[in-house]
Amino acid sequence: MSKSPILEIKNLHATAGGKEILRGINLTVFPGEVHAIMGPNGSGKSTLAQVIAGRDLYAVTKGEVLYLGKDLLGLQPEERAQEGLFLAFQYPVEIPGVSNLYFLKAALNAIRKRKGESELDAMDFLSLVRQKMALMEMDEALLNRAVNAGFSGGEKKRNEIFQMAVLEPHLALLDETDSGLDIDALKIVAHGVNTLRSPDRAIVLITHYQRLLNYIVPDFVHVLAEGRIVRSGDKSLALALEESGYVGIEELAETAQ
Amino acid sequence: MIATATIANPTIATMTSGLADLRKRAAERFEAHGFPTTREEEWRFTNVAPIAKTQFPTAAPNVNGHSLRTALERHPGLIEEYLGRYASSDNPFVALNTANFEDGAFLHVPANTVVEEPLWIDFTAAPDRTTHPRNLIIVGAGSQVRIVEKYTGRGRYFTNAVTEIVVGENSIVEHVKLEEESPEAFHVATTQIHQSRNSNCKSHNISLGGLLVRNDVNAVLSTGCEGTLNGLYLTNGKQHVDNHTALDHAAPHAASHELYKGILDGASSAVFNGKIFVRKDAQKTDAKQTNKNLVLSENCVINTKPELQILADDVRCTHGATIGQLDEEALFYLRARGIGGRDARDLLIYAFARDVIDRIGIPGIRAHLEKALFESLTHSRPSAGVPE
Repeated sequence: MSKSPILEIKNLHATAGGKEILRGINLTVFPGEVHAIMGPNGSGKSTLAQVIAGRDLYAVTKGEVLYLGKDLLGLQPEERAQEGLFLAFQYPVEIPGVSNLYFLKAALNAIRKRKGESELDAMDFLSLVRQKMALMEMDEALLNRAVNAGFSGGEKKRNEIFQMAVLEPHLALLDETDSGLDIDALKIVAHGVNTLRSPDRAIVLITHYQRLLNYIVPDFVHVLAEGRIVRSGDKSLALALEESGYVGIEELAETAQ
Repeated sequence: MIATATIANPTIATMTSGLADLRKRAAERFEAHGFPTTREEEWRFTNVAPIAKTQFPTAAPNVNGHSLRTALERHPGLIEEYLGRYASSDNPFVALNTANFEDGAFLHVPANTVVEEPLWIDFTAAPDRTTHPRNLIIVGAGSQVRIVEKYTGRGRYFTNAVTEIVVGENSIVEHVKLEEESPEAFHVATTQIHQSRNSNCKSHNISLGGLLVRNDVNAVLSTGCEGTLNGLYLTNGKQHVDNHTALDHAAPHAASHELYKGILDGASSAVFNGKIFVRKDAQKTDAKQTNKNLVLSENCVINTKPELQILADDVRCTHGATIGQLDEEALFYLRARGIGGRDARDLLIYAFARDVIDRIGIPGIRAHLEKALFESLTHSRPSAGVPE
């Protein structure tokens, strides 16, 4: 059975402020797969996520990214989101004055509009939101609060996965969603992500720690170092890394040059 | 509909000898001083020469009901007791108004009266005229009232308004001033609030229109008072809006809150100057002043300045001013969720202004401002710096 990939990254190079951060990334993600990208601080993990989401702080200097077979890099960030790409931010942004509910409704309707679907009416929207809030064990009072404003670190991360659950993307990139979470919050986040696993959806987890992968078991693990994927394997690679740390990986990156 | 009197009506000046004297002294003050210039600290960033040059004949303002002129005929004693006692002719435009006003609104809320519905004062200016609306609002002890004072007009004209609000002991007053003058209008206004013991007065000073606008909002707080001065200014094109506020903590145990927010676009300019005086006896004063400016174009100018003069030693006074652009991180966050560039920008601007709008306790005004804000965002779209 041959399926076409959701995401194909080919020899991707990107710079920030003239400094090359991504130095030839290759990665192919098929529907139904969960990939974990691990690596030491500064290896380019978050840059990769931001480039895929369309942040203009980074300039792509070489290579291409295909999303559902089409050029992704030519699309505006909002077009990428409307096409079903979702980035769970490492540092979710506080937006005072914009309620979570309004924000989510605007986001969902933008995506529905792109698909040629009508806007959800208020009742349907609210029942969808309530169901997803229950999944993430979130207090409904958060809906009427401003986006992420005054949220604890854990609440912010849960809010990201909650948004993902409502928006139901084809491809979700989770940028260190596990960092700073206590074990209870980690389990809730992992449960939310696992609920979204499906044969036509792919998930890319970017993480610094193996701990998350005990709860969301990946199909593939990649190790990123100095802007390149230096090793790929199955979940046992993550366990090996946990034992040895990233020490040997830095050397691998050196020899790869 | 539009009053067309072209000369000052002498009947007001001769209504009472006290009032005649007040007007004469004000006229002398104005003549001695003339229009202020930018060499004066209070007027440093606002050049009123275009106003001084206008040759518009003076007309009586077109006020909807509650006429001060009518009230003067009926209750001259009551009005003489309050009128001109609070707004100072140190401000040349107040002197000009006091010397020349012909009408305005008079509202008198007796003691222990709750006025359920907001009271509206509407001024509609006629083109090529100068008007000096003069408003006197007296709120008796233990009463509660909400007042909206709105200015609109057509064409070029000069409106020079003075409103004195006397807030009785233990009473609660909310005052909204909506400046929605025509795009070519000159608008100068002083709102002078005097709060008696334990009273609570909220002022919302909203500037949306006018070419050259200057607001002075001054409040004097007695013991146990709570005073709020909030403001919102949206400027575009070549508009200039200057807000000068003064909170005078004249007695102990009073709290004041001040939040002024501005959104500047085009080649517009704005001034915020916030004075807080804490008198020697005003112990336990709690004053907080905030001015935030969102600058949407590179061609805007904003001057913001807090001025705190604190003579008591057991007080809490804080102030802060910010000038910033739209938050790029927030913009990207919205866009990464599918909310398009322009909608994302509008949403952030709207959110910035809502902070002030939400504090207004009159739902109709909030809805009105939300609509006005939305329209101003739509109009300013061609200059939006966000990619399609």
